[in-house]
Amino acid sequence: MNANIHINPITRIEGHASVKIFLDEKGEVKKTRLLIHSLRGFEKFVQGRPAEEIPRIVTRICGICPWMHHLAASKAIDNCFDIRPPLAGNLLRELCHLLAHIGDKILHFFFLASPDFLIGPEKSHYSVRNIIGIAKSFPALTSKVARMRQLVHEMLESFTGRSIHPVASVVGGFSKPMLEEERKELLKAASKLLDFALFSLEFAKKDIFGPNQDLFENLGTIETGFLGMVDNSGNLELYNGNLRLMSKDGEVIDFSPEEYESYIEENVVPWSYSKVPYAKIWGKGLSLKIDDPKGVYRVNSLARINVVERISTPHAQEALEEFRNRFGRPVQNTLLYHWARLIELIYASERVIQILNKKEITDPNVRKKAEPKAGRGIGCVEAPRGTLIHDYTTDKDGCIVKANLIVGTTHNTAAMNLSVEQAARSFIKKGYIDEEIINRIEMAVRAYDP
Amino acid sequence: MKIIKVAQEWLGACSGCEIAMLNMGEKFFDLLKKIEMVHMPLLFDHKTFDEFQDAEIEISIVSGCVISEEHLHLLKKIREKSQKLCALGTCATHGGIPSLLNSWSTDAALKEIFSSNSKKDHLTFPNKDLSGFLDRVYALDEFVEVDILLPGCPPRPSLIREFLSKLIKGDFPSLPNKSVCDTCPTLRFGKGRKGIIKRAMENPEYDPNEPIEKMHCFLEQGYLCMGPVTLAGCAFYDAPPCIKARTPCRGCYGPVYSDGNQMLEMMNALASVGIEWKTIIDRRSLLRFSGAHGLLRPYPGSK
Ligand code: SF4
Ligand code: SF4
Ligand code: SF4
Repeated sequence: MNANIHINPITRIEGHASVKIFLDEKGEVKKTRLLIHSLRGFEKFVQGRPAEEIPRIVTRICGICPWMHHLAASKAIDNCFDIRPPLAGNLLRELCHLLAHIGDKILHFFFLASPDFLIGPEKSHYSVRNIIGIAKSFPALTSKVARMRQLVHEMLESFTGRSIHPVASVVGGFSKPMLEEERKELLKAASKLLDFALFSLEFAKKDIFGPNQDLFENLGTIETGFLGMVDNSGNLELYNGNLRLMSKDGEVIDFSPEEYESYIEENVVPWSYSKVPYAKIWGKGLSLKIDDPKGVYRVNSLARINVVERISTPHAQEALEEFRNRFGRPVQNTLLYHWARLIELIYASERVIQILNKKEITDPNVRKKAEPKAGRGIGCVEAPRGTLIHDYTTDKDGCIVKANLIVGTTHNTAAMNLSVEQAARSFIKKGYIDEEIINRIEMAVRAYDP
Repeated sequence: MKIIKVAQEWLGACSGCEIAMLNMGEKFFDLLKKIEMVHMPLLFDHKTFDEFQDAEIEISIVSGCVISEEHLHLLKKIREKSQKLCALGTCATHGGIPSLLNSWSTDAALKEIFSSNSKKDHLTFPNKDLSGFLDRVYALDEFVEVDILLPGCPPRPSLIREFLSKLIKGDFPSLPNKSVCDTCPTLRFGKGRKGIIKRAMENPEYDPNEPIEKMHCFLEQGYLCMGPVTLAGCAFYDAPPCIKARTPCRGCYGPVYSDGNQMLEMMNALASVGIEWKTIIDRRSLLRFSGAHGLLRPYPGSK
């Protein structure tokens, strides 16, 4: 019997991972493991670096969400040096954060995930199940998507110099104020983004979620808790707020990001270079047993959409209500991450317009002068892939002595393992595996956008 | 015309180089019509190089540094199957940010990461099924012959496009040995103001309503700016992007001559504007983009 299967690498995801599937003598799935390969030592090599340089170094953790690392680190270093940026500095940071969310969601949904649904795993060979295949079958859509991605990058680039590996958020605030002409230009572009966001959800409902209903209801579904950011009244927040942990029965606890260590703990497991965080506050430890998981929570779009009471912008709120009416709360179907992502795309576009309409956004006072000192600072934002926590300690010269980073994908390690196992068990029978089955299993991972 | 085969692979990388390729926008799709992209894991479900004959792929574009046995194995295989190999991004050409790790041994780094915040002092070391690590972070040309170097973290999209078009035509493109300062429009008077390096704790002096041409050079204002020792290539529109954002250069295109040493060269550059290099608080950071090739070595006494 063909004993083990190794899917290596998982493709059309933004990182490096593979799946091992262990079969028993009858060819049934015994267990599975999702292996996250990348580990590049950032927590070690930031040690000794002057803290004000960190926001320009940790961007290289991820070239897809560099803004989120840039900003989480900026917030953390502000806290180490005990400094609060002026209002305009904070608004400019949030603006960039939201624009980067928009770019990422377009990339993930259309370039990486949509080929699975528009071209379909069963109909197609790997050589067409991708963005080129989409470009051939849906040329108008593809050029629209490419233009919108381009627009987001140009908005970030024209104002901050760089869209990949940004530099404009600095300790104490922002490196430059926004001029009135820049504000007007950005506002014009932002209304195009909102139109596109609304179009995307309608398109997806009709051409993706509708025709693939069966997949969306079953593939990779597991029962877990959720973690995401909310404001003081339980509204969706992506940049600044409290964290909310929701159990699988819907009970919630809110806490400040500074207290993260009292609520979640990271476990080291022998089979992955990614640590496995779990909700220690639930008091049941961590277990990855597929029929009775313990301590497992999920992050990223679906988690955020589950934990919030409401969304403060009108179109996104409407989309949230429709989603809840159809699927309830909390929603456990893994593929619905995609739908939740498009609701967030609408929120981010609406919020960009709100921020650009605030008169403080063009205030020239964008940065406070910092002084290096000893301290500890925690910075937290919601990255596209989930709650991102940067935690640094500095010495008296303001250089880093200790760092702990929990990135979005890491929170999802336990849950992704469960979803992969669920998918493998339902598709692999008597040791039979083919290209279509492999892609179905990969789809369970892809939903998490690791 | 023969359609040429191109492959793209990432090793120890952050995906930023691939995103920069996608940021060509619609032009990326135009390019894909002219070539056959046989492998690119970010976008396509093609998994291994095994099916190719030796030298069957005309051009392979590889991003990222080499830090694990698996990277090394893959790199050697790609070299075998490809006629030309292009190192994309500063990780691939000079080690990039990951090579900051070369201040320690990989063992020491792993121990630190997996024990750091664990209160129970359990040191479960991950080892099952995962590929082993090398002793340090390497650039591609430390193991295989590299035909084209395209540094940048990431390289600017229009530059990638230019390189690819030339490669497809059969040329060997390269960047001229100019420095970022050569492409920078800020005002310079030839002398530093203070004699010591100021840390980046506040914004430099400039009037936001005036164009970048009216701003006084960072280095001459007393801030560390690595423009003098960094290869030009990032500037588009009117200025290097970081300078346009009113932040100094940190050297992301690597040294001006590919075998240069950004740390030693920066000390000379500082001396020439009258700034005392000893006042830089963390000199290792001057090699933060180019610590491979044995330039960044473990701290004395660190294992
Ligand atoms: S060179 Fe920069 S952008 Fe490219 S992989 Fe390395 S860190 Fe990422
Ligand atoms: S040192 Fe920096 S600011 Fe001065 S000219 Fe060179 S790149 Fe421009
Ligand atoms: S200015 Fe320096 S750090 Fe910035 S993009 Fe250019 S080379 Fe890289």
